[in-house]
Amino acid sequence: MNLLSLIPLDLVRIVVAVVAILAFVGVNVLLLVLMERKVAGRFQRRPGPFEVGPHGLLQTLADAVKMMGKQIPTPGGADKILFWAAPIITFAPVVVCFLPIPFGPDISTPWGEVPLTSWEVNLGLVLILAFSGLGVLGLCLAGWGSNNKYSLIGAARAVAQSVAYEIPLLLAVLAVAFQVGSLNLSEITALQGSWPWQWNVAVQPVAFFIFFVSILGETNRAPFDLPEAESELTAGFHTEYAGMGFGLFFMAEYAAMVVVCAVGTILFLGGWRGPLFDGVWWFILKVYGLLFVMMWLRWTFPRVRFDQLLNINWKWLTPLALLNLLVVALVVNRL
Amino acid sequence: MATEASLPSLTGDFYTRSFQPGPVPGTLILNMGPQHPSTHGVLRIILELEGEYILRAEPVLGYIHRMHEKMGEVKSFAQYIPNMGRVDYLHAIAWNWAYVGAVEKLCGVEVSERAEYIRVITSEMNRISSHLVWWGAYLLDLGAFTPIMYAFDDREWLLDLLQIVTGSRLTYASLRFGGVTGDLTPEFIDGTYRWCEHMRARLPMYKALVTDNFILRKRCEEIGVISLDLARRYGATGPVLRGSGAAYDVRRAEPYSVYDRFRFEIPVGTAGGDAMDRYLVRMAEIEQSLNIIEQALQGLPAGGPMHEKAPKRLKALKGETYFAVEGARGKIGVHLLSDGGKNPYRVKLRAPGYSNLSLFPELARGVLLADAVSILGSLDLVIPEIDR
Repeated sequence: MNLLSLIPLDLVRIVVAVVAILAFVGVNVLLLVLMERKVAGRFQRRPGPFEVGPHGLLQTLADAVKMMGKQIPTPGGADKILFWAAPIITFAPVVVCFLPIPFGPDISTPWGEVPLTSWEVNLGLVLILAFSGLGVLGLCLAGWGSNNKYSLIGAARAVAQSVAYEIPLLLAVLAVAFQVGSLNLSEITALQGSWPWQWNVAVQPVAFFIFFVSILGETNRAPFDLPEAESELTAGFHTEYAGMGFGLFFMAEYAAMVVVCAVGTILFLGGWRGPLFDGVWWFILKVYGLLFVMMWLRWTFPRVRFDQLLNINWKWLTPLALLNLLVVALVVNRL
Repeated sequence: MATEASLPSLTGDFYTRSFQPGPVPGTLILNMGPQHPSTHGVLRIILELEGEYILRAEPVLGYIHRMHEKMGEVKSFAQYIPNMGRVDYLHAIAWNWAYVGAVEKLCGVEVSERAEYIRVITSEMNRISSHLVWWGAYLLDLGAFTPIMYAFDDREWLLDLLQIVTGSRLTYASLRFGGVTGDLTPEFIDGTYRWCEHMRARLPMYKALVTDNFILRKRCEEIGVISLDLARRYGATGPVLRGSGAAYDVRRAEPYSVYDRFRFEIPVGTAGGDAMDRYLVRMAEIEQSLNIIEQALQGLPAGGPMHEKAPKRLKALKGETYFAVEGARGKIGVHLLSDGGKNPYRVKLRAPGYSNLSLFPELARGVLLADAVSILGSLDLVIPEIDR
């Protein structure tokens, strides 16, 4: 008993939370991959996966099992340590990003009030931005460690793109932070109302637009999926990965999509607050709504070219974000 | 850690070893293909890159060389027809036609008038199916996944129709000396009218959704500009040449069969020969082919699919001849030399893709890797045709 009390309660909470998050990420990735394939199918006049389980519902589960059972070869001439560190370095920061996200209001259970935020931290937004920036390190290592020219080009693209798109992303997020005066995600949610016109997006549509375009670039999603542009670079930075090495990159990509959409939901769409009854359901619904839009874009648009991608960012998004921030700062000061 | 001995040879094969790097130091030599998603089969291109800019590109051919020309020398005249469907699997009927036409010209075999119309109809349908595959694959190269499914949806219907007449869906061998194998059925004629209507409704949708897309325009316009002079120097034909502004079409310039009876336009590029020009020319050609099909169906003469005097067994005459038709990719030419024996003495096939591909090193110089993919796609290459 004494020994147990030596363990800080916060640590226990965080360990429990990380386990819960890993489960959440796993389930969500399975669901999202299925959703992506079904959405793609619907967009392309076909039903999508249909064989495993009713309506192909168990397809991704079967794929995951297959992937785990696969051999994990290291290509000749690859830097073995960097090569295998890369998928882990890409995946781990994404998990951390889930810690400060408020999924819903506290729920009352027989054991008392249980918060649906893993870690109530005042600098939650900064934490997410910092750790989501780390993921690109993994892509960079994957490209370098693979000893493959396509991987290297993919990694170079990933770094340039990620660094570029973090700036408008940061500026868009900052505009909201200026407005509400807090970096705590729970507080930002609490300050918004239940109805759509009480959400931040009603006040900051420009910031939301910039945020949304930037997260497409940040998560390497089409039309900005240049680091893994398969018509140019076969598979970009993960060309040489097979089995769970590739699986981790895949999970990291989809988990990162969930994170950025969750942040978007909290900052602009009122988080778990929604018309009629607040709750975790609204949060999930909005996140999946944003994810659907991302998929919609992917299966509709061609890919932009690399210089065009950077031009969009440096010539349009960043100046627009700066201008938006300036306006927000002036207005906030006036109030 | 991998030891030195366990490392595979990283020095490359003959082509990579003998590829002389240019004057710029620190360049990256990249092998694009023969297994690469956007080289459309087994084309291999050695690229010298500085960053993502291409300094030099060198296509390496021969990965799907199947000795079609040699096979012509060891097979009898009739046995060689199915080979033609394999040379360019996307516009097989045009290749059939070029060869059968050459033999007919050499041996003076007459073709029944109905068969000429059937040839025109099936060849134009085949051209549309080829352009649809090109359209889907080109957008796939540009990163848009969905259009190919729509293209294949239209094409599927088309192939079902062609199957009624020719009996096959891809590698057609339905042409014979003096006619064609199958007659048009009422089912085919009705179906083709309905399909033409369907395509005419589909094309404006493709224009609105894909052709006018902002990103697509940015990826195609002012990319891979082929001046008329350049196109002529390299012997480019088909949509590549027409994209550069020359209204050269074998169907109009050297009319064969009954093409002089139909009204159709020859779309040409207006923006100086960039990838978008070639794209628009092909899209316009689909419409023109629909016009030809409808006119041919309306004017379909009575008669049989084979001429009454068509030889049961071809008696080849001694001589030399050349016959050209307009394929989906350009001018398909068959140069036939016969010594009067059972087999052709020599068959030389002129593949339009070969000339069109030879433009690539010129076009790829100084462009980004992504643009090279766009240029390659806009040339509409079928590698089996190039390697033969």
